Parts: sequence; structure tokens; C-alpha cells
Amino acid sequence: MTLLEARNLGVGYKIPGPGLFSASRMLPIVHDLSLSLEAGRTLGVVGESGCGKSTLGRALLRLIPPSAGQVLWQGEDMTLIPDLRRRRAEMQIIFQDPVAALDPRMTLARIVSRPLSTFEPNLSRVQVRARAVDALQQVGLSADFADRFPHELSGGQAQRVGIARAIIGRPKLIICDEPVSALDVSIQAQVINLLMELQEKMGLALVFISHNLAVVRHISHEVMVMCLGRVVEQAPRDAFYARPLHPYSQALMDAVPEPNPKRERGRVGTALAGELPSVLNPPRGCVFASRCPKATDLCRQTRPELREVAPGRQAACHFIET
Amino acid sequence: MSVDLTLTEAAPPRSASTLQLQFRRFRSNRLAMLSVGLLALIVLACFFGPYAFPFTGEDADFDFISAPMDLWSPHPFGTDEYGRDLLVRVLEGGQVSLTIGFLGALVAGVIGVLYGAVAGYAGGRADGLMMRLVEILYGFPYVILVILLSLLFGGGNLALFAAIVFTLWLTPAVIVRAQAQSLARREFVEAARAGGMTGWQIVVEHIVPNCISVVIVYGSLLVPEVILSESFLSFLGIGIKEPQASWGNLIASGTSAMDSDLRLLLLPGTLLALVLLCLNFIADGLRDAFDPNDR
Ligand SMILES: Nc1ncnc2c1ncn2[C@@H]1O[C@H](COP(=O)(O)OP(=O)(O)O)[C@@H](O)[C@H]1O
Ligand code: SF4
Ligand SMILES: [Mg+2]
Repeated sequence: MTLLEARNLGVGYKIPGPGLFSASRMLPIVHDLSLSLEAGRTLGVVGESGCGKSTLGRALLRLIPPSAGQVLWQGEDMTLIPDLRRRRAEMQIIFQDPVAALDPRMTLARIVSRPLSTFEPNLSRVQVRARAVDALQQVGLSADFADRFPHELSGGQAQRVGIARAIIGRPKLIICDEPVSALDVSIQAQVINLLMELQEKMGLALVFISHNLAVVRHISHEVMVMCLGRVVEQAPRDAFYARPLHPYSQALMDAVPEPNPKRERGRVGTALAGELPSVLNPPRGCVFASRCPKATDLCRQTRPELREVAPGRQAACHFIET
Repeated sequence: MSVDLTLTEAAPPRSASTLQLQFRRFRSNRLAMLSVGLLALIVLACFFGPYAFPFTGEDADFDFISAPMDLWSPHPFGTDEYGRDLLVRVLEGGQVSLTIGFLGALVAGVIGVLYGAVAGYAGGRADGLMMRLVEILYGFPYVILVILLSLLFGGGNLALFAAIVFTLWLTPAVIVRAQAQSLARREFVEAARAGGMTGWQIVVEHIVPNCISVVIVYGSLLVPEVILSESFLSFLGIGIKEPQASWGNLIASGTSAMDSDLRLLLLPGTLLALVLLCLNFIADGLRDAFDPNDR
């Protein structure tokens, strides 16, 4: 069965009106997005910063409510799952800023094991402690970390603690929201490899959000490219990296800086030429039209639908060459 | 893709929690520690001192009416015009004032912190409504409020206490709300929601503990404010009523006898001033040690 599925998902943020009682407006961020993910697989989500990747990740876990469409968890509409809060053990998330993701006033044992008091309330103190230590060890941190505080950790160690907290309830899915973007390049590989090892051991599915194409290539089975809240291309990893079809994907690939061991490789900056349209004023036609070298009037007038352009590959562009 | 996790990282040498560091910093502040000592002494004297005397502050000694200060007599600081021992009355008044001060600060603090934390965490319309209510209450004239509450509770100490708490919870609410707003955007709150915590659990377990620095600092400023407030109301005659003593009403009667006998004003006045001074030095020390801005 499909583990996670999104159907025509729309997500936005409520912007309060000017007065206390004036109606609030909806600021749409993610539009008409569909995806599906099988157990044990990894979906890489790539896009420039601000395109709505984090918003999508949170909406997939229903940490923010969708404004349109649905998210299905193992075939069940998430809005209809009774007492979803207690089922959250199965679906976890790790964050971009690993230190901010840990409560500075709590010990690591407490941080890691807190979810258990919701998910498995019948455990004894001793059992909870043992599980916390076990989770820490699974992410490569020795038991003497248990009574430390977050400010004693390096970024890489803090991210491991975040992962330990995510796996303590034995999840089926982890949303990884740019989990290595804030880490030193030397540490990034360790964390990525840890995630892959845990994936294999626990049969985890991952949604791996990143703006780093090289990292996504390493970890993903499937790649999804987002631009301004819309999917513009989706493809199996090898096919995608062999030849990205959408002009936006191609531009992202070209924006990858030359291999330079001193610099982080594969990072997509906002270095694409041209002006990024604002979310407040989205373009009528193609989301990439203002920056696309191939753009025509058609592109500016009519939005291209996401369509099957090759077996297993989808792209949203009027002029795909296959 | 080699997976190399055979190396388990060992923890770095132990260091202290932020809270421990902050208390350590506080303890190294001489003036603040001196104030803690002096305050403790005054509190102990107020609560246990009266037992050293064979009479209470309400017993009149008709052999000594308006006796002057004489350290070797049964009434070392003399008596008032009813023959009641001044020192014992001041100490007993201290019990009332200090109790109201600490209890009032505690109650006002707890209400304010929870209210502010809920508003800041909830955000949106709930926050807007809750803060509008605070603004309205801020605008409410204090003395009218006290009179209304006195009517409601039939006067007495409870009305006084309610009035004090009612006005003083507002500022901690506003301060904590600002802090809670910024905390609510932090990723550990998101992680807590992903971990299945309810909104209330998040407020109590994550938001409030992370406001502890501001709460401690502000709480220490709240105590003198409450004591002053009680004294002010008692001074006006709305607060603690004779024959029960409080520093406020002792100072009031001392002031009216000021021309003939300064002693009646000086003893309670000095003690009140000392306590306020101590509390302010302690608050300063706490702010230096806890202010999140220079962590
Ligand atoms: N809580 C929020 N309220 C309003 N707008 C938001 C909020 N969070 C994010 N946004 C906006 O949504 C857009 C997408 O943000 P995000 O999903 O964080 O992008 P990404 O993770 O791809 O960098 C941005 O323009 C951002 O300003
Ligand atoms: S639809 Fe037009 S503007 Fe959009 S990516 Fe294709 S060619 Fe470029
Ligand atoms: Mg993001």
C-alpha cells in the first residue's frame, strides 16, 4: 500500500486582516501538488529557498492544515484519522536548524524520550530511559550524552539528537527538511549516511527536502523539482540526473558551481539569473517564465500542466524535448 | 556509499546547564547576595521575633503609653499611644506585608505567565482578543477597581489581595506573551507538535520553562511592587485595617504623629525601605545573571 499520498494538495498561510475583527486572507504557497511515496523509499524535493518546500513538508504531516486537496496516510485521509496526535509516532520530522530544534532547557534524554509519554504512555521510567539511551546509541551518540544539554553539542551532534527523537517511536516516515544545510560539509556526509543506514534498518520512507542537488542525488530514489509552490518536474533519480527535462531543472543543474573542494558542492543558490516572482503576486502563466531562456508569449499567458513526458517522468512545460 | 557508524561519539567533558550557570553568576554578585542575606534576616525576624516577647502587638500596656525608645525597658522601641509595643507591631506588620508581597507576586506572576504564554503561543485571533482585554484592564483606574472589589468581597484583606493581583498580573502577561511569540516560532515547538504534544502541554513544558529567565527577573521586581501597593492602599485606609498592623498602616499612623514623635514613622519606614532596597538589588542581580540578551 502507498504509505503517503498527496492529492492536489494546496497549502497557504492565514494572514491576519488589519483589524481585530477583519477577515483574514489566505496567502497560498503550495499549489495543486500530488505525490506518492512507498514504504522504504526516498523522495528528494528540490527547489530554491522560499519556493515552499518546508511548507509542503509540514503540510504532509498535517502540522499545518491544507487549504485544498488531501493527504492520505496509508490510504486514510489524514483529516479523518481519529486522535492523529497519538499516531504521530509513525510520521516524524527533522529540521534545518538542528540546535533550534532542541529545547535548550531540557536534557537530551528528556528531549529524545518526550514523545514516548504520548505514544507509549505505559512505559516505566526505567524503560523510557533505556529507550532514550538506545535511540542515542543508534544515531552514534554514547550513553553519557543522555544528561547533557543542547548547548554542549556541535551542529552535527544536535542533528543526531533530532534524528534520535524522530526514531524513538519507530516511525515509518521521516520528513527531512534540509537536515544538512546548516552543517559543515565534512559533517553532512555522516548525517546523510546515518539516515540511509536507519532507512535500511527500519524500512523508513524519507521525504528529503534540500536545495542541494548533489545531496539529493546521493539519497533519493525519486526526485521532485519545485518552483514557486508547484511541481515542475518529477522523475526517477538516475533518469533525472542523466538528463533533466524541464528548463528550470536544467537551470538548477547549471547553477551548481564547479567542483571546488573548499566550497560546498551542488548547492542551488538564488543565483539563477532573472527576477524571482513574489508569492504575493504569482505569474499567470508558467512559474518559470520570467527567467526561462525559452519563454514565449504562450508561456506567459497559459500555465503548462504537469504531464507525463516519458514513461515514469512528468514535467510542466509547453516545450519539452524528449 | 559506505556506511560508517562504527565510531560512536563520546560526550565532551561535563558542563553545567544554563540554569546552573545563571545561578552561579548570581551567586558571584556580592551586593545581591548581601541583600538576600539581609532580606532573609528581616523575614526571619518578622516571623519569629514576636515570639521573644511575652505580649502581642495588639496587647495594650497601660503602664507604658507612648513610651519613648529605651533599649533596656520591656519595650525597646517604645509603645504607641495605646500602649502597644512598637517593635512587635512592626514585626507583625511585616508578616502581613511580606506575605501579601510574596504571595501576591506569586499569584499575579502565575496568572500573568500562563495568560501571556497561552496568548503568545496561540497567536492569531485568540491572541488579539486576549491582549485587547489586557489593554482594557490597563486602562481601568486603580482606585476605582479597589473600591469595586472591596464592595464585591465585602472589604477586608481578601479584597485588598484581589485588587493587587488583579492589577499586577497584566505586566508579566505582556512580557511573557512577547517571549512566547518568538518561542512559538522555534523549531523545537514544531518538533513537540510532531511528537504529539497538545497545545497546553507545549505551553507548560516548553514555553513557560523557556520564559523562566524573564519570569524570575520580573517576579523579583513584582514583590516590591506588591508590597508598595499594599502599603499605599493601607496608607489610604483601604487596605489592612487597625488593629491588625501592616507596614502601610503603621507608616500612615506614624506620619500623622510625625511632628511629636518621629520614632513611630522611622521604624516601619526604615524596614520597608530596607526590604525594597534588598529586593531591588536582588532583582538587579537576577537580571544581570539571567538576561537572555547577554547569554
Ligand atoms: N508562518 C508563515 N506565515 C506566512 N508566510 C510564511 C510562513 N512560513 C513561510 N511563509 C512563506 O512561505 C513561503 C515558502 O516558505 P518555505 O516553505 O519556508 O520555503 P522553503 O522551505 O522552500 O525555503 C515563503 O515566501 C515564506 O515567506
Ligand atoms: S513553459 Fe515556457 S517558460 Fe515555462 S519552462 Fe517551459 S519554456 Fe520555459
Ligand atoms: Mg525551508
